[in-house]
Amino acid sequence: MRMPAPIRLRELIRTIRTARTQAEEREMIQKECAAIRSSFREEDNTYRCRNVAKLLYMHMLGYPAHFGQLECLKLIASQKFTDKRIGYLGAMLLLDERQDVHLLMTNCIKNDLNHSTQYVQGLALCTLGCMGSSEMCRDLAGEVEKLLKTSNSYLRKKAALCAVHVIRKVPELMEMFLPATKNLLNEKNHGVLHTSVVLLTEMCERSPDMLAHFRKNEKLVPQLVRILKNLIMSGYSPEHDVSGISDPFLQVRILRLLRILGRNDDDSSEAMNDILAQVATNTETSKNVGNAILYETVLTIMDIKSESGLRVLAINILGRFLLNNDKNIRYVALTSLLKTVQTDHNAVQRHRSTIVDCLKDLDVSIKRRAMELSFALVNGNNIRGMMKELLYFLDSCEPEFKADCASGIFLAAEKYAPSKRWHIDTIMRVLTTAGSYVRDDAVPNLIQLITNSVEMHAYTVQRLYKAILGDYSQQPLVQVAAWCIGEYGDLLVSGQCEEEEPIQVTEDEVLDILESVLISNMSTSVTRGYALTAIMKLSTRFTCTVNRIKKVVSIYGSSIDVELQQRAVEYNALFKKYDHMRSALLERMPVMEKVTTNGPTEIVQTNGETEPAPLETKPPPSGPQPTSQANDLLDLLGGNDITPVIPTAPTSKPASAGGELLDLLGDINLTGAPAAAPAPASVPQISQPPFLLDGLSSQPLFNDIATGIPSITAYSKNGLKIEFTFERSNTNPSVTVITIQASNSTELDMTDFVFQAAVPKTFQLQLLSPSSSIVPAFNTGTITQVIKVLNPQKQQLRMRIKLTYNHKGSAMQDLAEVNNFPPQSWQ
Amino acid sequence: MIPLGTNAYTTPVRAGHCATPLVFIDLCSSLLREIRFILIQNRAGKTRLAKWYMQFDDDEKQKLIEEVHAVVTVRDAKHTNFVEFRNFKIIYRRYAGLYFCICVDVNDNNLAYLEAIHNFVEVLNEYFHNVCELDLVFNFYKVYTVVDEMFLAGEIRETSQTKVLKQLLMLQSLE
Repeated sequence: MRMPAPIRLRELIRTIRTARTQAEEREMIQKECAAIRSSFREEDNTYRCRNVAKLLYMHMLGYPAHFGQLECLKLIASQKFTDKRIGYLGAMLLLDERQDVHLLMTNCIKNDLNHSTQYVQGLALCTLGCMGSSEMCRDLAGEVEKLLKTSNSYLRKKAALCAVHVIRKVPELMEMFLPATKNLLNEKNHGVLHTSVVLLTEMCERSPDMLAHFRKNEKLVPQLVRILKNLIMSGYSPEHDVSGISDPFLQVRILRLLRILGRNDDDSSEAMNDILAQVATNTETSKNVGNAILYETVLTIMDIKSESGLRVLAINILGRFLLNNDKNIRYVALTSLLKTVQTDHNAVQRHRSTIVDCLKDLDVSIKRRAMELSFALVNGNNIRGMMKELLYFLDSCEPEFKADCASGIFLAAEKYAPSKRWHIDTIMRVLTTAGSYVRDDAVPNLIQLITNSVEMHAYTVQRLYKAILGDYSQQPLVQVAAWCIGEYGDLLVSGQCEEEEPIQVTEDEVLDILESVLISNMSTSVTRGYALTAIMKLSTRFTCTVNRIKKVVSIYGSSIDVELQQRAVEYNALFKKYDHMRSALLERMPVMEKVTTNGPTEIVQTNGETEPAPLETKPPPSGPQPTSQANDLLDLLGGNDITPVIPTAPTSKPASAGGELLDLLGDINLTGAPAAAPAPASVPQISQPPFLLDGLSSQPLFNDIATGIPSITAYSKNGLKIEFTFERSNTNPSVTVITIQASNSTELDMTDFVFQAAVPKTFQLQLLSPSSSIVPAFNTGTITQVIKVLNPQKQQLRMRIKLTYNHKGSAMQDLAEVNNFPPQSWQ
Repeated sequence: MIPLGTNAYTTPVRAGHCATPLVFIDLCSSLLREIRFILIQNRAGKTRLAKWYMQFDDDEKQKLIEEVHAVVTVRDAKHTNFVEFRNFKIIYRRYAGLYFCICVDVNDNNLAYLEAIHNFVEVLNEYFHNVCELDLVFNFYKVYTVVDEMFLAGEIRETSQTKVLKQLLMLQSLE
């Protein structure tokens, strides 16, 4: 019995559109798919085309269509144009190179490339050029090359781009197309010219030899200059005109090719100087088209070895763009200016006020670029004005900017502060307006800064006190304030302040605020630690409230928080057994010398502490968070040596943590275990600015932990298993902390175990030191190590890991990729 | 040694950066200056055209479509027509209820691609005589033909509207 004729495509589309629910649609589709399947089984040529078309429509809606793959092949092999056309479309949609049947197309395409009808040849070229696999390209490159030399311009265009695809897939075949390129630029046909330029661009970009060849032997630059000139000078040409400009797309492509030819080559650059100036000055700027050309021109000028007059011209064009009403153009200008600000700093400075105005733009990406540019333009002369604008921006911008803006302000202030008072005021302003967005590492830096401004201590502590009096919820602010009050509380109560009206405050009031911080639910563990230590320090600076302090300290001796408990217990001990040492221990901090002013700060302690403590080596803090920097047997009170320090947590320059030694994965953003790791016990290390008694517990990593993220097994091979557990902070969601645990199920230990990781460039990685280097056998123990990942753009987390260890007498090494991170770890 | 990259990761090497930060390179093609895909979607997220110039799995494609839709529909007239998206950039423009999106490399000329989108839409308009969304639905295979006349191998191929329309009419006569 003959099946009824399959319904037409239009019918199907109409029917599907009447479906009111997803379920109804699915039902219709399934019914139709079943009908199509039976129709395919009948091997009916008449309706195959119609059925495949319907299948493709359903595929576009998101339904599976793989059972139609072979049918597409049959359609391609048919003689009818309509069949071929749908067949090739199907091939492009369903038959990418991962499919097994992909290669079966090769023969059909080969035949069609030699077909008598140009439209069939065109279809074949198109399909090959869009998704041909490397094997297919290899087989058919010869045919493509032939077509590149044909006189039919319709085919030449397609062949040129098809050649581009072939070269991309199989770069070795580039040579083969070289002869055909000889006369490409002599064409009159714009379409052919355009695609030829694309082909030449591809060849020059891929191979430096080709590039040299085209520069010297083919004299490409003069030819391109000539063509460009003709385009600009020629009159109205209706075919390629866009808003009065002659073939802007071709102009843009030529400019791009010129850029590649002129890069790093004086002669070529000189040859194109005039034409670039001409385009830059003569192009009509009222519409987007003209601006597109101008933009490409600017990019070219900046990239080649242009003379300075031309560069200034380019930057002025960008400056004009900034004033344009069209936000697209402003955006594009800011992006380019950001790229050139290092090399052409002075020229960009002239447009500073326009750039600063862009901080108030409505579009988020424009604001971001304006912010980055503003920071790049800050210098000693404009710091006051710029800072005003930037602080205003910090006040009003979206939360996603605040952390970066705050860090930028701190950096700029550090470099260019006109006076210490101004500097402290600026810091205060940032802490009070965006205090909760300030990065973790800012706190120690600020504290160090304050310590070094000796004459400002009274002023600083007074301002900080006033700031937290009203509101102690912003943790970084509170931490800095607590530290300062602990250090300089005596100045606070004595009412000495030169910079402003001194306030009257009693010791009890100061202790009140510190105790409130201790009790408050808003205070994190770290903050509480600061507060407790501050209270302790005040015991030597205050005179009337020592008993109160003793009481507070003893209460916390039984705190649930292990950190606090430990501190309190030890401070208690100080009161009881070591009271004679207390004042010496709690002495004012010495001025810290900064070794480098930019980037990671290396702190060298200049005053050794007093004698080795009867308080034995403090055990590293227990609890979930491992210690922060390199090695934390922070035997602070032992050893008077001045020890060079492992740089503090750099957020912008991760390469410092000994990563250069570990050049395994090439120039990747890699932080391996710091090189000093092997010998922890002998050398007392001080990683953060030395808080005398804070050294016991270095900063725990997180203020708030976002729990509930599932852990994953990142690696499991040869008996070695590595699991990742995740923690994220609510206050700083771009940081993810990964704790790895390595275990060994074989019967022999794995020794000298080193774990390294690399992440994509948009992330930053900090690898803290491992708990040990031996993974004991039979799963009797694990190595734990902490990785901190900064992911400001909330991109999908990916990581490559490298493991090296010794096992059963031989050295083992393995590379792996981890890409099963749960979405909650990075979203 | 585990081979460097698999086909599954098609994140391109960025032009001009000599240090390759991301090791997930598709060794088959160094994707400099190329269109990754072209999408036409309506506001509800239905795809009216999806032309891919790079290899993706079916579920990757689905995910990309959803992500692009999410990113593009929240933007309004206050925003620019360019969105940074993963390691690429999306250049889009809204015409009535349809979003025309082209995904390109971050270093490409945004303004030029904006013009390319407009060029393409004008051709569609001519070809379908005041095109509307339904035209694109019922004639989806013809829309692909238009795309293939104007773009190939991820590059702009023919920019002259008159020429493209002439070809399209020729092709139509063969049916």
